[in-house]
Amino acid sequence: MTEDTKFHHGDAQDQKPIIRMVDIQKHFGSVIALAGVSFDLKPGECHCLLGDNGAGKSTFIKTMSGVHKPTAGEIFFEDKPMHFEDPRDAIAAGIATVHQHLAMIPLMSVSRNFFMGNEPTRKVAGINFFDKKLADEITMEEMRKMGINLRGPDQAVGTLSGGERQTVAIARAVHFGAKILILDEPTSALGVRQTSNVLATIDKVRSQGVGVVFISHNVRHALAVGDRFTVLNRGQTLGTAKRGEISPEELQDLMAGGQELAELEGSLGGTV
Amino acid sequence: MAGSAQTASGDERIKEISPLRRALIRPELGGMVGTVAVFTFFLLFAFDSGMFTAQGVMNWSVVSAQFMIIAVGACLLMIAGEFDLSVGSMIGFAGMMIAIFSVTLSWPVWMAIIVTFALCVSIGAVNGYIVVRTGLPSFIVTLAFLFILRGFTIYLPQTIERKTIIGGIRDVAEGDWLASVFGGKVGQGFFVWLGDNGLIETFERGTRQGQPVVDGIPMLLIWALVIIIFGHVLLTKTKFGNWIFASGGDAEAARNSGVPVNRVKVLMFMFTAFCATVFATCQVMEFGSAGADRGLLKEFEAIIAVVIGGALLTGGYGSVLGAALGALIFGVVQQGLFFAGVESSLFRVFLGVILLGAVILNTYIRRIITGER
Repeated sequence: MTEDTKFHHGDAQDQKPIIRMVDIQKHFGSVIALAGVSFDLKPGECHCLLGDNGAGKSTFIKTMSGVHKPTAGEIFFEDKPMHFEDPRDAIAAGIATVHQHLAMIPLMSVSRNFFMGNEPTRKVAGINFFDKKLADEITMEEMRKMGINLRGPDQAVGTLSGGERQTVAIARAVHFGAKILILDEPTSALGVRQTSNVLATIDKVRSQGVGVVFISHNVRHALAVGDRFTVLNRGQTLGTAKRGEISPEELQDLMAGGQELAELEGSLGGTV
Repeated sequence: MAGSAQTASGDERIKEISPLRRALIRPELGGMVGTVAVFTFFLLFAFDSGMFTAQGVMNWSVVSAQFMIIAVGACLLMIAGEFDLSVGSMIGFAGMMIAIFSVTLSWPVWMAIIVTFALCVSIGAVNGYIVVRTGLPSFIVTLAFLFILRGFTIYLPQTIERKTIIGGIRDVAEGDWLASVFGGKVGQGFFVWLGDNGLIETFERGTRQGQPVVDGIPMLLIWALVIIIFGHVLLTKTKFGNWIFASGGDAEAARNSGVPVNRVKVLMFMFTAFCATVFATCQVMEFGSAGADRGLLKEFEAIIAVVIGGALLTGGYGSVLGAALGALIFGVVQQGLFFAGVESSLFRVFLGVILLGAVILNTYIRRIITGER
């Protein structure tokens, strides 16, 4: 570690992993997308999954969230072997994925988005009605906890900034009991301030004991919150490093596969 | 925390909104303004024409109610992110099936109605199933059904009866319990009382002398009211309503959150077909006949009413009450110009102007609400 950040980091070394993925392979026809990737996540830690485009990050997290079934390899969830048939299984087990763009519906209000698919109901005359009052109250409360002040629960998500939308999505996942939160490039489309907002949210969530898988190809964002770092390259793990054991330059080199970037860096003056 | 300084600065940038503005900023505003404008116009220019007597009110109410029934179906479907262009053909088809079952095949009318409902709602389900399974735009799939259903509506009576209109339904429907649910009238006693007390017009001569000219509220109006209330409650007060918004807003995001998007869409196609069949059944019971050209262009009139009512063509946003107001505007303008003695071709000009005005206003409001740029 070359610099210290303002985040307190989880000290989760002695805990048992929530999820352990051993030697995962995934083939799409003749293409080998994952050639044996191992990964584990402990409660209250932020494990960064780094890699360049095409390294297999997305395929790997889709395997974890039940979208793909691994061709070979095993998944242990809380020490029990798990086979997710579809994403709903994974969600039910407590694995929530927050996608960069596909998380929120801009035309709908924050509270309707927050409870989308999990609406609280209230019985009136034998008919189940959407309990909007309860939904609004919980939404306002959860947003306050995350440091977002809404004008009202009816405010449309479209009026929020990109960082705030990510935060709403994360708060939603945690509220509905996620044990593992997979964040798929949450910061790649955000500005500097919005990014720090999302990173702060990750930190809050981690302190509640949720394990966070943070996918990124930005080394600086990863180093700001990560406890461990796993680098993928061409479908394989290049190794896992603990916080403080690796420098940004080393990580960057690992992600790019070394050579070419080192040469480039000379001509760009260390700006990559 | 790094976030707290951030949000404090973000907070200053939320402007306070006055209560009046907040009350006005709603999806139905375009429809409300349009309704007020239309009524003001006709009160000023057609007040003496009989448009606002009991008979006149009943006249444009019935026409508006017809539009409302199909507009509510189209509205919910549009909010769920799909179109149904087969509504008009479905109206013709449903009416024809009732006629064939009850007149040609001599089934009891109640059975003809129930079988027709089952058949048409199933066709709606097929529409929806093809759309969600293939991922094709509903515009194309239902356009195909527009032709398929219209084709059958012309082919079947021609082959069976050698004509395109089947009459005689009123005779077979006489005394049928289900037929009266669609073609009957309610509140006759009340209207007789109104007539006796000189509050509404009565016939002055002929066999019905002394009876009120308007002798009850047609069941069509009751159906319109029930469907509007049902649609509005479903959309805004239930879990399923939230799923309708979510399915149309972003189907992928909704699926990621566990919303059964396909089921929602198929059910909305079925509901649209149901509304079209209600329309058709009321019409057949009123006219006593079914014609192969019934319901022509109704799909567009429904969509126009929905859009005047503030719904977004691409889905995820809209209001049932707005759609009902859009239908009211449609009905009042169509009948009002007739009462005002205006050349009927000007109806389209008038409608076009209202459509454009309401849609521009709606777009502006929607941008304020949703933060679209």
